[in-house]
Amino acid sequence: MAKRIDVTDLNVYYGAFKAVEGVSMTVEPRSVTALIGPSGCGKSTVLRTLNRMHEVIPGGRVEGKVMLDDQDLYAPSMDPVTVRRTIGMVFQRPNPFPTMSIYDNVAAGLRLNGVKNKKTLDGIVESSLKGANLWTEVKDRLSKPGAGLSGGQQQRLCIARAIAVQPQVLLMDEPCSALDPISTLAIEDLINELKSDFTIVIVTHNMQQAARVSDRTAFFNLRATGEPGRLVEIDDTTRIFNNPSEQSTEDYISGRFG
Amino acid sequence: MSAITDERRPDDASTPDDATPPGGGQGREALRQMENPHQARAIKDVVARVVMWFCFFLAIVPLVWILWTVISKGIHLLGSVQWWTGNQRNINSDDAGGGARHAIEGTLQMVAVTALIAVPIGIFTAVYLVEYGRGKLARAISFTVDILSGVPSIVAALFIYAVWVTTFGLSRSGFAASLALVLLMIPVVVRSTEEMLKLVPNELREAAYALGVPKWVTVVKVVLRTAFSGIVTGVLLGIARVMGETAPLLILAPYTKNFQRDLFAGNFPTLPMMINQDRGDFALATAAERMWAAALTLIILVLILNIIGRVIAYFGSVKK
Repeated sequence: MAKRIDVTDLNVYYGAFKAVEGVSMTVEPRSVTALIGPSGCGKSTVLRTLNRMHEVIPGGRVEGKVMLDDQDLYAPSMDPVTVRRTIGMVFQRPNPFPTMSIYDNVAAGLRLNGVKNKKTLDGIVESSLKGANLWTEVKDRLSKPGAGLSGGQQQRLCIARAIAVQPQVLLMDEPCSALDPISTLAIEDLINELKSDFTIVIVTHNMQQAARVSDRTAFFNLRATGEPGRLVEIDDTTRIFNNPSEQSTEDYISGRFG
Repeated sequence: MSAITDERRPDDASTPDDATPPGGGQGREALRQMENPHQARAIKDVVARVVMWFCFFLAIVPLVWILWTVISKGIHLLGSVQWWTGNQRNINSDDAGGGARHAIEGTLQMVAVTALIAVPIGIFTAVYLVEYGRGKLARAISFTVDILSGVPSIVAALFIYAVWVTTFGLSRSGFAASLALVLLMIPVVVRSTEEMLKLVPNELREAAYALGVPKWVTVVKVVLRTAFSGIVTGVLLGIARVMGETAPLLILAPYTKNFQRDLFAGNFPTLPMMINQDRGDFALATAAERMWAAALTLIILVLILNIIGRVIAYFGSVKK
């Protein structure tokens, strides 16, 4: 069920401001692609264009092409809601629905889209929570509020919620930056397991994390503040971290800037 | 060593007192020059405390005074069964007792109809303004709501009179008064709902969108659901605001001492108008007593509504 993403000549604008310029890259199915780079270089923006979440921000628009296998995500006939059902997202800060129980949070994506069958929901909630390595911790308190869990558990709850709608691709926007090292480890292990089923794109500020979890790494940079961000290079993670083709990548990786 | 360095680094004896701290030591020097910063802060603390308590009592005195006056003068009529079951038919100003049921029912009915019209309009407007509205139209609507919230109740009443009675030639009635109350209630509901919707974190909307949930479902099931208890509170504030309004009633809904359950009948009994009626014969102990009792009844109605709202809000609120 995992699919590949092809991005061609992508420009992203917020109103008149060009945030990202000329990005072309391929995201391989059943692998983890990490987007790294200094703040403001557009890596989160690129991530959000992959499931059209940037359109939620007023004035957000793109030029260029994003293909999911053979589907054009920006074709005029393509509904952004459909895109987001196919490409799920996990955010920087855990954001479980505060009015809902753990069970309801995981079932939310299905319920809000009209699935009512209790048996189906029960099955999917259990498998999603197991998939997110959270089942054993919460199986006795599924009716308790999701907001009562710890930060790391909440983030895994959000991952369970995202995979419950069975997307093809999972986008993660700095999923560990609000978590402690133990919870981060749990999420990283989870990413490793999830990549056998999903195509994963992860934005991270933590280069060690990119090196640990990803198969391929894309380095983004910007020439100066106010300039649009651009993709410097994308390659196998081992190559990016050991022998990058671009000088600026090496400077960033080795901590000479950023 | 000064008192300050003593406090901040109790164990760090090795640091020489004259070591230059970051910033060239100017801050430390400035602190040193104050004779006794602890004492100065303590004095400020006491002054602030005294001022706050004084203001608090200043605010609470009229409230307690009003409550005490109304309760002490109105309570004994409320003990009689007749007050809660009867009306004022054939009871003259110098007759004692009588009931207030006609006015209680009238007020509740009128306020219910008002809320039925004003709450949906108010909530939909707020949803539009927060979730959908961009640009000129939204600004125009927001501005209009601001104006509306500043309209005096008697102006709202005169407007409805001009439309309902003068233009359409319909008669004065409880319903006409309800329409005037709607005008007063809408801005309260819009503003409070708007504030509550703005408090819903954007992350929740994004979480729902990212699950492939359409925008309108997100608004109904996530945003409104999360803001539910705040919206209920706002609606109740609106109801409380219009329940005691008298000007629209004076102009649009003449009082009757009888039971009247038809909101479109010419005369309509309400508690504020009952208070007003008996105030006319305030010199008579019987009328004055009824007036205080009706006022207390009105306060109790508002209180009960508030309690109901709190209960609803409690069960619908976000729990940890």
